[in-house]
Amino acid sequence: MMNLLIILILLGVTVAILQMVKIYDLTQGVNKDNSQIANDKDNSRNGYLMLAFLGFIYLITIISFVLWGDLPLVSNSASEHGPRIDRLMVITMVVIFIVQTITQFLLHYFAFKYKGEKGKKALFYADNDKLEFIWTIVPVIVLAGLIMYGLFTWNDIMIIDEEEDPLVVELYAQQFNWKARYAGQDNVLGKANVRLINIDNANILGLDESDPNAQDDVITTELHLPAGKPVLFKMRSQDVLHSAYMPHFRAQMNCVPGMITQFSFTPVVTTEEMRIRPEIYDKVANINKIRNKKSKALQANGEEPLDRYEFDYLLLCNKICGKSHYNMQMKIIVESEEDFKNWFNEQKLFKNSLVQN
Amino acid sequence: MSAHTENHTHHHHKETFVTKYIFSQDHKMIAKQYLITGLIMGIIGILMSLLMRMQIAWPEKPNIIFKSLLGKWAEEGVMDADIYLALVTIHGTIMVFFVLTAGLSGTFSNLLIPLQIGARDMASGFLNMVSYWLFFLSSVIMVISFFVEAGPAAAGWTIYPPLSALPLAQGGSGAGMTLWLVSMAIFIASSLLGSLNYIVTVLNLRTKGMSMTRLPLTIWAFFVTAIIGVVSFPVLLSAALLLIMDRSFGTSFFLSDIFIQGEVLHYQGGSPVLFEHLFWFLGHPEVYIVLLPALGITSEVIATNSRKPIFGYRAMVASIIAIAFLSTIVWGHHMFISGMNPFLGSVFTFTTLLIAIPSAVKAFNYITTLWKGNLQFNPAMLFSIGLVSTFITGGLTGIVLGDSALDINVHDTYFVVAHFHLVMGISALYGLFAGVYHWFPKMFGRMLNKNLGYIHFWITAVCAYGVFFPMHFIGMAGLPRRYYTNSNFPLFDDTQNVQVLITVFALVAGLVQLVFLYNFIHSIFYGQKTVQNPWRSNTLEWTAPIKHMHGNWDGEIPHVHRWAYDYSKPRYEDDFVPQNIPLEKGEEELQH
Repeated sequence: MMNLLIILILLGVTVAILQMVKIYDLTQGVNKDNSQIANDKDNSRNGYLMLAFLGFIYLITIISFVLWGDLPLVSNSASEHGPRIDRLMVITMVVIFIVQTITQFLLHYFAFKYKGEKGKKALFYADNDKLEFIWTIVPVIVLAGLIMYGLFTWNDIMIIDEEEDPLVVELYAQQFNWKARYAGQDNVLGKANVRLINIDNANILGLDESDPNAQDDVITTELHLPAGKPVLFKMRSQDVLHSAYMPHFRAQMNCVPGMITQFSFTPVVTTEEMRIRPEIYDKVANINKIRNKKSKALQANGEEPLDRYEFDYLLLCNKICGKSHYNMQMKIIVESEEDFKNWFNEQKLFKNSLVQN
Repeated sequence: MSAHTENHTHHHHKETFVTKYIFSQDHKMIAKQYLITGLIMGIIGILMSLLMRMQIAWPEKPNIIFKSLLGKWAEEGVMDADIYLALVTIHGTIMVFFVLTAGLSGTFSNLLIPLQIGARDMASGFLNMVSYWLFFLSSVIMVISFFVEAGPAAAGWTIYPPLSALPLAQGGSGAGMTLWLVSMAIFIASSLLGSLNYIVTVLNLRTKGMSMTRLPLTIWAFFVTAIIGVVSFPVLLSAALLLIMDRSFGTSFFLSDIFIQGEVLHYQGGSPVLFEHLFWFLGHPEVYIVLLPALGITSEVIATNSRKPIFGYRAMVASIIAIAFLSTIVWGHHMFISGMNPFLGSVFTFTTLLIAIPSAVKAFNYITTLWKGNLQFNPAMLFSIGLVSTFITGGLTGIVLGDSALDINVHDTYFVVAHFHLVMGISALYGLFAGVYHWFPKMFGRMLNKNLGYIHFWITAVCAYGVFFPMHFIGMAGLPRRYYTNSNFPLFDDTQNVQVLITVFALVAGLVQLVFLYNFIHSIFYGQKTVQNPWRSNTLEWTAPIKHMHGNWDGEIPHVHRWAYDYSKPRYEDDFVPQNIPLEKGEEELQH
């Protein structure tokens, strides 16, 4: 019944709008040409609207930067390579901003300036090789610069220097959670395959129980990283594609069933240090203000209030992976080397985590 | 039987209702069939996007609209997470393939190729008819997939396996995905038949004097688009067939080492990355299959309504060809972080940023065409200028996404959603609207109401920026796309008010399309009757009689003596000189 009512209301609103438009049309049609081809009045009106639209584009740009300019992650990166990506991003954005401002101006200003008038004749101007050459060569130069910068950055990030003796960590993805596996004392991950998974004895990641390298591996549900030490991530998935996205570290790599992918970075800012950075502090305060407001509304309805938010680095799944894709996350904690060692020593080694039947 | 044979001896044989309106072989009727089917699919696709937007803005809040439209997928009025992903998937599929490929190319290639090159019909009217009906069939199957028990395909429009291959991974990967694959296989067959027909027609059936260098840019765009389609669609077909094999016959092309729901599956040795390569080998050219026809329409509409020759005809043709070539070697930029060799990432960054150059040339040429023109702001012209605007805004952020180093952090975030919706979604949609407003008189013999057109354009234009401009910012904040709700991440709580704003703009934009719909349907029956050449255009279609006839022209087909862009040529009093007017004594045809 309710549905029918809503459909009827929607239909009613639609009919009302259409009738209003019709009335508008009829009032316009009286004593005037009812041709559906633009006349001088239309040209003039739309010409001014073009100018107004240019203003709108500029306005929405300014508003976006003022209101949401602090949302983007262009500062406060927490990895060694982060600032390089951020710098490239800022340079690219400045180039985009300049080109956007100029071309949108030309487009809409010309549309305004040369709005049609009866009896006027346009300039017959069909070709100019010099102009074509200019706007081929200028983008070539600008893009060449960006490409060079981009490729150097890309190669630096992606080509992994094994000589640095990185900490080896496996990120293991499954619907819908993450596990981390540390290589342990020998810093070599034990062999693993999903065919070796044995839920009964708690071998949940399918490690080869006879592999000596596997014995000292450590499996956790929280990712702890020591600050200042390079980390080499080996990604694995047991079911579908996932993507290990760590936005604060400017890091992302897909997890692909049947193959091992990798990504490496050096975390440099501990969680504690990041929490007291002014930008992050303000951001968290703002988020808690929003959450408080929501909590009040919830409590008024007799529901549980929201938890207070505290900043933490996160690993998110960023490749559509099924029903609970939207909630596939793992906390990342960056801490001093000492804290990391203490935490690590409390964890159970793989050989001790197995359940003997 | 004998009467039937007799009919065939006449030049214009008698048409029954069925041969005229349903199984028609006339390109103009087929164009209308494509347009109307495309519009219906468009309504479905846009409606889905509005449901998604409402879910993102107001998650967990019971909603009567969800309850009435989604039935068992929204008991109590709260949307189910599975159906959200299904909406994401089918919205993408419908908009990209059914609306902006078939609805756009299918309509205007069919309508304009024979009329603008001076041909009586397509090279094969029969294949053309088969092409439409295959498209119709695939549309029906795609819509039906919404009604299967476990839901429609929900693995994203890119249907990456293993998610799309394993019913255990997701309800939508059962019968829903089977229907998706069958529908797309039929769609590809339809698209290939259509494209081959377009190519053959353009190459063989041009009227006397219509050299390739005198072709209007619309035809160049449709022609090159058809070539891209023929080169790339079969690759998607092969990927779909291999996926069907994996799903139903136990092969392991894309699957290996899978443990799901407590059991190890037998698949071994396949690679999901292989599927990504095959998919994007079509997937990226597809962007240009969608975009080039829209740009072709824009070229024609801007030149006509500026009363000026299109600036840099040769450069325009060259950039269409360059874009077509480059489009087939940039697919890897969708896969920078898929696990493929980082060296390939460098190569694809290079080729991807190269494609920005012909695109920039096109944008500058449009702007220069406006310069010192005598602009006639018909609704089609507004949509064409709007297209150039969104093409620039959306195209520029491509420089970020095409750069592998920057892509690491914005890949699969809302930044991507904002980018591709502006540069190919909105732009191509504007191209479609521009085409409808411009050629409506040719299709239906009547005019669309211009005032409704103005309302339609201006509100849509404001809302398009309102939806997609702020979206860049939440993307740069690291918000992943395709999340059913963001409330599990307090980190993103400060983006929620932006989401609400975006949804409000989207709802208004959706509502204003009703104005267009009304205008369209009303004008077919009651619109003002058109004159022979309402936009005072140069191309050949406006020399054909207003009333549709089989064969397009009574008597001889007009001959062509000049290019399509002699607007405001100094020695002529009129500000246009149609292509079939012979050169005057001593008049030089522009060297191009």
